[in-house]
Amino acid sequence: MLEVHDLTVRFGGITALDSVGFSVWSGEMVGLIGPNGAGKTTLFNCLTRRYDADAGEVRYEEENLLAVPPHAIAGLGIARTFQNLGLFGHMSVRDNILVGAHHTGGAGFLTAALWLPRVRREEARLRAEADSLLERLALTEVADHPAAGLPFGTLKRVELARALVGRPKLLLLDEPVNGLNSAEVEEFSGTLRALREEFDVTVVVVEHHMGFVMGICDRVVCLDFGRKIAEGPPAEVQRDPGVMRAYLGTAI
Amino acid sequence: MSGPAEVTEKAARAAAPTRGRSLARVATARRQWIVMAVLLAVACYAPFQLVPFRVFQLTMVLVYAVALLGLNLLVGHAGQISLGHGAFFAVGAYGSAIMIDRWDTPHLATLPVAAAVAFALGLALGLPAMRLRGLYLALVTLAIAIFLVPLLKRFEAVTGGSMGLTLGKPVPPAWTGLAEDQWLYFLALAVTVVAFLLAHGLLRSRVGRALHAVRDNEAAAEVMGVRLSFYKTLAFAWSAMFAGAAGCVYTWVIGFVSPDSFALTLSITLLASIVVGGLGSFSGPLLGGLFMMFVPSISQDVNDAAPGVIFGLLIIAVMYVAPTGLAGLAGRMTRSITKILRKE
Repeated sequence: MLEVHDLTVRFGGITALDSVGFSVWSGEMVGLIGPNGAGKTTLFNCLTRRYDADAGEVRYEEENLLAVPPHAIAGLGIARTFQNLGLFGHMSVRDNILVGAHHTGGAGFLTAALWLPRVRREEARLRAEADSLLERLALTEVADHPAAGLPFGTLKRVELARALVGRPKLLLLDEPVNGLNSAEVEEFSGTLRALREEFDVTVVVVEHHMGFVMGICDRVVCLDFGRKIAEGPPAEVQRDPGVMRAYLGTAI
Repeated sequence: MSGPAEVTEKAARAAAPTRGRSLARVATARRQWIVMAVLLAVACYAPFQLVPFRVFQLTMVLVYAVALLGLNLLVGHAGQISLGHGAFFAVGAYGSAIMIDRWDTPHLATLPVAAAVAFALGLALGLPAMRLRGLYLALVTLAIAIFLVPLLKRFEAVTGGSMGLTLGKPVPPAWTGLAEDQWLYFLALAVTVVAFLLAHGLLRSRVGRALHAVRDNEAAAEVMGVRLSFYKTLAFAWSAMFAGAAGCVYTWVIGFVSPDSFALTLSITLLASIVVGGLGSFSGPLLGGLFMMFVPSISQDVNDAAPGVIFGLLIIAVMYVAPTGLAGLAGRMTRSITKILRKE
């Protein structure tokens, strides 16, 4: 489904990604791990066209992803969440989620201003979808509350709902359990596992929480200083000497 | 022991607040419609009770409200800035005036043309301008307002130069039995109602949410599939269109246009009024229109020598008391009053 070949990104003199390559098959859940600054988020930003790649190739369902404009990524069925939350603070939780379905709608300025029957029908459909996700992620209570000011754990769920409402094929999660306590992490794992089945979505997840990654992912890719140092089933990667060195230093 | 019973009770308790809240939401929506209906009824009744001068003042409030509605769309909802909206107001006003002056076009027929011209100009200027942001955008829009007045004075044959154009006012049809000022008032009211309905439809839809998303977080909006340049440019054009429509009604009401009526001060006053009225709120444009109409004359009454100073001080005072504008203040007051009423 997703193939990354020799992807290189440089910022000035720093090479954030150095010829990284890996593949994700449809239906898989792939963990992307690595110490801080390893280039995980940079990779995500490349996949969603926030950054331009200096070299390499990204193919998504036979399409050259690097030639797609940033706003068209969502239309291809790729959704993501952000490491430090990318919510719309002044908008209600429901509206935040509805923006996630933006690419599935067709209302333009004129048709919306005239509030044509077509727009009304579309609006009803989107709202029903958003409401079912609100309920699914236990957000109904806060649906009309502005996103700003809600607890971090709740906002993480709002982001997940916003990413899912557009029915993506590929979901990129950037540190979804960062900042959650262990009970919340446990709960989130369960929810994510269920949602993955329900929405039939392929997931790539960046995470530092090893318990979470090892418990939920089918395969793990480890980056260090912009290079891929290991790839394989979680248990195998965990034992990899290179990975241990990257995480814990050399004296093992 | 009481397993199932407890479970259902728990479920009922969990569901109760949700149901209560959605009922509350329906109630709020209904209350909003009632408030709107009452306001509209009062607005229809007012011109029969007031002296012509007051009716004229209210008409101008409506004219400003339409222009501010447009500016609110851009500044309050899409989070962009324009220091040049007076120019689009002027384009609408002059567009209408020239059509009436040259070709004897019926007044009402000039409205769609004036709005379309302002829209087209907004689109043309928005295309390059909306690639800029913050201070750079402010500067470019400021330039639009600055070059307009000399431009209007230059093409004397069409615009009447510094002398401006004097025109007849729309004549009320006999069947209405209305006086001229009342007819003008109702024309302005009709334009205002249509403009508010259009903006309302726009803002509650996918488009409105996209604009809010652009305002709150551009990067995230783009990942959601919102095409930033498209939404910003069209928001600018629609905003210009509302300002142009307001300018057109202004020409009907005043019956006179001259370059000096549309100097830079107009643009700045428009921006100040929408901030004072309440950015991004539904009632903000109307409150801003009231502010724009009445506060300068009040400051003139307070101190004849320096109305500008009083006007400025009043803006500072409002922003100090109500940082979210008059609309925010009104909302806060309604909430505290309901709280007090509920306690009793």
